[in-house]
Amino acid sequence: MLNLSVKDLHKNFGALEVLKGVSLTAEAGDVISIIGSSGSGKSTLLRCINFLEMPDAGTVSLNGEEIRMTTRRFGHRGPADHKQLLRLRTRLAMVFQHFNLWAHMTALENIIEGPIHVLGLPRQEAVRRARHYLDKVGLDGIEEKYPAHLSGGQQQRVAIARALAMEPDVLMFDEPTSALDPELVGEVLKVMQQLAGEGRTMVVVTHEMGFARDVSSHVIFLHNGRIEEEGAPDRLLDESRSERLKQFLSTVRK
Amino acid sequence: MIDLIQTYWKSYLWTDGFNTTGLAMTMWLLILSCAMGFVLSIPMAIARTSRNPWLWRPVWLFTYIFRGTPLFVQLLMVYSGFAGIHFIRHSPLLWSFFRAGFNCVIVTFVVNTCAYTTEIFAGAIKATPFGEIEAGQAIGMSKATLYRRVILPSSLRRALPAYSNEVIFMLHSTSVAFTATVPDLLKVAVDVNAATFMTFQAYGIAAVIYLGVAFLLVGLFRQAERRWLAYLQPQNLQANPRPKEQPC
Repeated sequence: MLNLSVKDLHKNFGALEVLKGVSLTAEAGDVISIIGSSGSGKSTLLRCINFLEMPDAGTVSLNGEEIRMTTRRFGHRGPADHKQLLRLRTRLAMVFQHFNLWAHMTALENIIEGPIHVLGLPRQEAVRRARHYLDKVGLDGIEEKYPAHLSGGQQQRVAIARALAMEPDVLMFDEPTSALDPELVGEVLKVMQQLAGEGRTMVVVTHEMGFARDVSSHVIFLHNGRIEEEGAPDRLLDESRSERLKQFLSTVRK
Repeated sequence: MIDLIQTYWKSYLWTDGFNTTGLAMTMWLLILSCAMGFVLSIPMAIARTSRNPWLWRPVWLFTYIFRGTPLFVQLLMVYSGFAGIHFIRHSPLLWSFFRAGFNCVIVTFVVNTCAYTTEIFAGAIKATPFGEIEAGQAIGMSKATLYRRVILPSSLRRALPAYSNEVIFMLHSTSVAFTATVPDLLKVAVDVNAATFMTFQAYGIAAVIYLGVAFLLVGLFRQAERRWLAYLQPQNLQANPRPKEQPC
């Protein structure tokens, strides 16, 4: 079953063309890793999928339903139906590089916020869900702590639990380990690997080549806003055809 | 001095036998103006931080005018000035409202504190970490939910120290109410001075009472910060750690 389909996505920031027509598809259970050097458009691609950035052209569909866009004054693009966008965003969870937990809420409150105030779940049910997912990311006992009192790795795992509590169809990760101390990277990657093992559909922007190779089913190498090369992880990482990918891999592996 | 206190302590604290006076009136003025100013300032702060010039420009002008002129001048314009404006004088509804000194004082105080509070809250809203807003958008929060659940709770907490300052300022500003015949704490002191000529003592007692209220307010706001800004404190200094749930 096709979960996520992105077709010919374009995005400009002023005169700078960041995405020059990128397409990708994810079937249920696919784990897609997006790699590429800084400025290649990886994060922008992810942010265009849930419309945190408005794409200038192209389509995004979730479970076969296309997010309708329209052109407003001065050529600005916007969602045609805001309600539809909000509904589809609840199906597309995102985990950010800098966690973006709500600082004034405890870990538990961060996780039950969406289920209660977006999905309309009763509090009891939301708390039950939250405890379940906190347990899954290996964090029971920190429910009442504020984000500032947790380590980076714990914060990111709370953020993952927050995303999971929405029970989304697709999980998106935007460089989830880049802001972490090296010794904390492992605990987050382990959780992500476990999620991939459960058959969740994931799109991951990452610099962790080990994760891309071991966990993902498909790797996309983005360069200058275009897909330079893509394919199965082993093939792509060991027998890269494009010079740019070879160059990129050699700098990453140093 | 003892005589003075024995004769006038009731007037200083709550009543001269006929009206509410002194501290009770001052507190009533403070609570009423701060409460109404607070409620009005939240939508205005949201408008102030809007990108739509039709929303933020009028609010900018409003805060510029009322922060840019002295409170006393504003009160004089309302209390003494409105009586000379034909349109207000000859509108039965408006005139029955503005002929009462108390109403003039409240309107002036509310508008004044609202202007300051709006700027305090607007500053705090602008300082909301953008990542927290994006996190809300990403899980499908509507704009209203985002404000209600993320932006306002986080900004009002951040604004608490600056807002406590504004409330204490407002406490002291209530003392201009006596010029509009409102029998607040300072009015009592003025009258006691006129009756006894014990000038230093008459005003000194008022000063001590103001000081006591300020002390109380500072304490209240410190409690509020402990409670609502707990997430900013080092963990081991948290005043009221939430009780751990015990398995039963």
